[in-house]
Amino acid sequence: MSGEFRMPSLGPDMEAGTLVQWRVKPGDAVKRGDIVALVETEKGIIDVEIFSDGVVDQLLVPEGTHVAVGTLLAQLNGGATRTRQVIEVGKPSEAPQPLARSAPVPATHAATSTTPTTTIVPPTISSVPSPEAHRRKVSPAARARARELGVDLERVTGTGMGAAITIEDVVRAAQTVDKPGIAEPAHDMRQIIARAMSRSKREIPHYYLSLTCSFAKARAFLDRYNARVDIESRLLPSCVLLKAVAQAAKAMPEFNGFYKDDAFQAASDVHLGVAIAMRGGRLVAPALLNADQKSLAALMIDLRDLATRVRAGHMRSSELSMPTLTVTSFAEEDVDSVIPVIYPPQVAIVGVGAIRERPWVVEGQVRAELTVPISLAADHRVTDGRAGTRFLATIRNALQAPEQL
Amino acid sequence: MSALPQTARAITYREALRQGLRSVLLNDPDVFLIGEDIGKYGGCFAVTKGLLEEFGEARIRDAPLSESAFVGAGIGAALAGMRPVVEIMTVNFSLLALDQILNTAATLSHMSGGQCPVPLIIRMATGAGRQVAAQHSHSLEGWYSHIPGLRIVTPATIDDAAGMLRAALEFRDPVIIFEHMNLYNVQGELSVDAASINIERAAIRRAGQDISLITYGASLYKCLTAAEQLSAQGIEAEVIDLRVLRPLDEKTFIQSVRRTRRALIVDEGWRSVGLAAEVGMRIMEQAFYDLDAPVERVCGVEVPVPYAKHMEEAALPRVEQIVTLAASMVKHVG
Amino acid sequence: MTLLPTREHALHLLSEMLRIRCFEDRCAELYSAGKIRGFLHLYNGEEGVAVGVMQALRPEDDIAGTYREHGHAIARGIPMRSLMAELYGKLEGCCRGRGGSMHIFDRERRFFGGNAIVGGGLPLAVGLGLGERLMGRDAIAACFFGEGAVAEGEFHESMNLASLWHLPVLFICENNQYAMGTAWSRSEAETDLIAKLCGYHMRAESVDGMDVLAVEDRARELAEYVRHQRMPAFLEARTYRFRAHSMYDPQLYRSKAEVEDWENKGPLIGLTQRLKAENLMAEEDFIRLQRMANEEVDDAVSFAEQGSLERVEELTRFTYAEQTA
Repeated sequence: MSGEFRMPSLGPDMEAGTLVQWRVKPGDAVKRGDIVALVETEKGIIDVEIFSDGVVDQLLVPEGTHVAVGTLLAQLNGGATRTRQVIEVGKPSEAPQPLARSAPVPATHAATSTTPTTTIVPPTISSVPSPEAHRRKVSPAARARARELGVDLERVTGTGMGAAITIEDVVRAAQTVDKPGIAEPAHDMRQIIARAMSRSKREIPHYYLSLTCSFAKARAFLDRYNARVDIESRLLPSCVLLKAVAQAAKAMPEFNGFYKDDAFQAASDVHLGVAIAMRGGRLVAPALLNADQKSLAALMIDLRDLATRVRAGHMRSSELSMPTLTVTSFAEEDVDSVIPVIYPPQVAIVGVGAIRERPWVVEGQVRAELTVPISLAADHRVTDGRAGTRFLATIRNALQAPEQL
Repeated sequence: MSALPQTARAITYREALRQGLRSVLLNDPDVFLIGEDIGKYGGCFAVTKGLLEEFGEARIRDAPLSESAFVGAGIGAALAGMRPVVEIMTVNFSLLALDQILNTAATLSHMSGGQCPVPLIIRMATGAGRQVAAQHSHSLEGWYSHIPGLRIVTPATIDDAAGMLRAALEFRDPVIIFEHMNLYNVQGELSVDAASINIERAAIRRAGQDISLITYGASLYKCLTAAEQLSAQGIEAEVIDLRVLRPLDEKTFIQSVRRTRRALIVDEGWRSVGLAAEVGMRIMEQAFYDLDAPVERVCGVEVPVPYAKHMEEAALPRVEQIVTLAASMVKHVG
Repeated sequence: MTLLPTREHALHLLSEMLRIRCFEDRCAELYSAGKIRGFLHLYNGEEGVAVGVMQALRPEDDIAGTYREHGHAIARGIPMRSLMAELYGKLEGCCRGRGGSMHIFDRERRFFGGNAIVGGGLPLAVGLGLGERLMGRDAIAACFFGEGAVAEGEFHESMNLASLWHLPVLFICENNQYAMGTAWSRSEAETDLIAKLCGYHMRAESVDGMDVLAVEDRARELAEYVRHQRMPAFLEARTYRFRAHSMYDPQLYRSKAEVEDWENKGPLIGLTQRLKAENLMAEEDFIRLQRMANEEVDDAVSFAEQGSLERVEELTRFTYAEQTA
């Protein structure tokens, strides 16, 4: 610091000042405490003292110049060539600005300043979009209950304050005989599941394999991806898993198709069934059509759309009948792995266990690793364990290169 | 509960406060009282009546009308090791001591890096309802509750009037006890041992499952009356007495709202930027998805409280307002 | 003229004032360099008051100060390291960097602040005196404040209450003649402070605050009076601040000639000249004391520079006391 004289900070609110007058000239001897310059701040003109002794070598800022706090103003005891450079290499915005009464002085900032002086002009909003005229008033609790019960709020009459739909309205709607908005009576659904599962266990000779895969890269990929996009566009882990399975199914068509009339018919497209459990014992597995061909973003949109429609009971018949391979995911649940049952006439089902940290051995060292157990139940009439092993390995490999999904 | 008085008899809120003061004066030689007219006069609201005779002038100190000086004196004495209990006659006069309360009592512990906590108790009368007009009817509990470093309590029941002072002395922080002017003559029996009273939690004063009425101070009684009237309509209201306004015991009222799914806040203080707004916002933050109706408020009308009786009543929360609003929140219109 | 004390004590007084002067000058430099931030009120010129009065106080006595309290803190024995670290906002500061220049606290040395509200420390000192009396100790409270506080209601409330209740408080008014930029005569109808005090039935005296020996002499007598008579007393020390109110100001309210005039009457110059005239001190003594003071400040600066910052996780800590009663 010694040998340099900089624009001092003369108050907590001072970011810059105008050097009004030099009280010394090159060659003058100065000692600590001497007044060497007059500086104008918002408060007025202040005598500025110097804190070191020496001889003024060069005055680097002409009178009338407005500079930021910390700017080098003068050099003591030689070093003039070096200090000239200091100013020349300074950022343009920090360079000395001659004070001109006619033009505003550009704001300059001390490095330590935290107070922005830039004027922020709020954008003028000429027209405010009005809320959708037909938006329903639904209490937050009623909305949650409707989701649980699978009640379509569009078909519920609100009786609360301002005709808002309350919990009671939702419960009443769920209890009405014709159950508008509910796709299938729950007890019928249960019967359908019962028949299908009994047939599966009776007719299909299942074999089971499982493989725990690292999910660390997939998680990192998701974090990177999600940091760049809106909340609505964020990817869920299940989206990555589904895509990996769909690609494996495309690569190994013997797991993708139907067993009918004592023969396996491979399907040409991959329509991935997604098992979705609903309250009241209902379970459906509608399809994500052409899942292998869709980008993760597109798949995520489909997945959200499907979940919303399933809960509202608005499934398309094609979605219910067309799955060529099903995935049942317990990724967010508290189970280690799942040993699923094939949905006939499909020939395989992939189960996803909880994604969580587990002990993981790498090069002889145990560490905590985010992992996911993937299990496969497949029809022994169509494939065997060797093929199943490759199928699981394909999924695992896909998860290790998530950016290629 | 244990240690109930042998002969339970009705006492007033005023007597309960006096018992609380007397008990801490007897139990702790470091406790002493400062205030205007607390000695010879017997207390503006007669809370300290008889204490001068029993404890003497050194411990029951009549102060000149110098709120800033005697509140500051309480702060200094607390720093020196005493346990001063300062009475400010009413909340309006406390504004003359606001510098000491806010700039000194509330800041010292934090600003000194924990070296200088200020174990000071301040009691003051608050609230409207006695036709004493616009300079003696403020309800500024919410205002004071804005200040970190203070603890704010509002005894509404006989038990709390008797026990909150002792509980306050367990802390080494500045504690302000707001006594509602309309409660001094309320009668009731002590139901619990004063030693069991805390100044940390809100209390459910009436259980119900249809709506939560959240309140404090004298408005508690309006809410309890309203709850009885609502019950006649088939609506069971749960009444929460906040008791402690800072730090706010949000757990108790959030859990209540999660059960009832409806919240109506009753606050004698002015509506804008008040305590009711804070309680409502905490509900939004923590129980939004449990709500089945918008959170509502019944607050003091935003005017200086007028003198004429009918106008004063109109300026304060009323039982019928609470009943009407609560019923509209619960009942279905269709 | 006050009698000279022993050479040893005289040099002690000089050394204390030099320590404060060096500390304050370094603060000005560090402020200009951006190392110290916020408001910074320096004590140059007034050193004789804090140093003189502190000689009359005992370790058990309480002290309440103002936002211009570095000098009092140093004279009270608060280590410079702890002070400088506080000004740097470092955890090693006496208040963990939470108070800064205006809020120096040291419970162990019974230094109860650094109060940035003009007049705010007076009721607190009254309470400290009340507490000492009720605790049955013979400690007294010393309350430093500027003459600007005299215009505040809290001043009058406090004078009255201390006198009415016979509290052991020594009030020291550091009359440096300007409340920021408002001259005493432009603020008060009655400019004779001792006359003003007549209404409070309190022993009150004035002393030349630029003469540390005189300040010590009067402070000792008044402190003993307060301690033994259990009555408050009031000492006006007429002094002058050489620097601006807060770090820098354009000093539009006073002339340069006036400042120079007072600088020539400064407490350091006065004592130095007297000691030399009486052959109690040689130039080498002065240089040695100055060097020692500078070294102490250097050490404090380097300590502060190396200090750490309090973790942000501790932000709300101590808002409430960590221990219950």
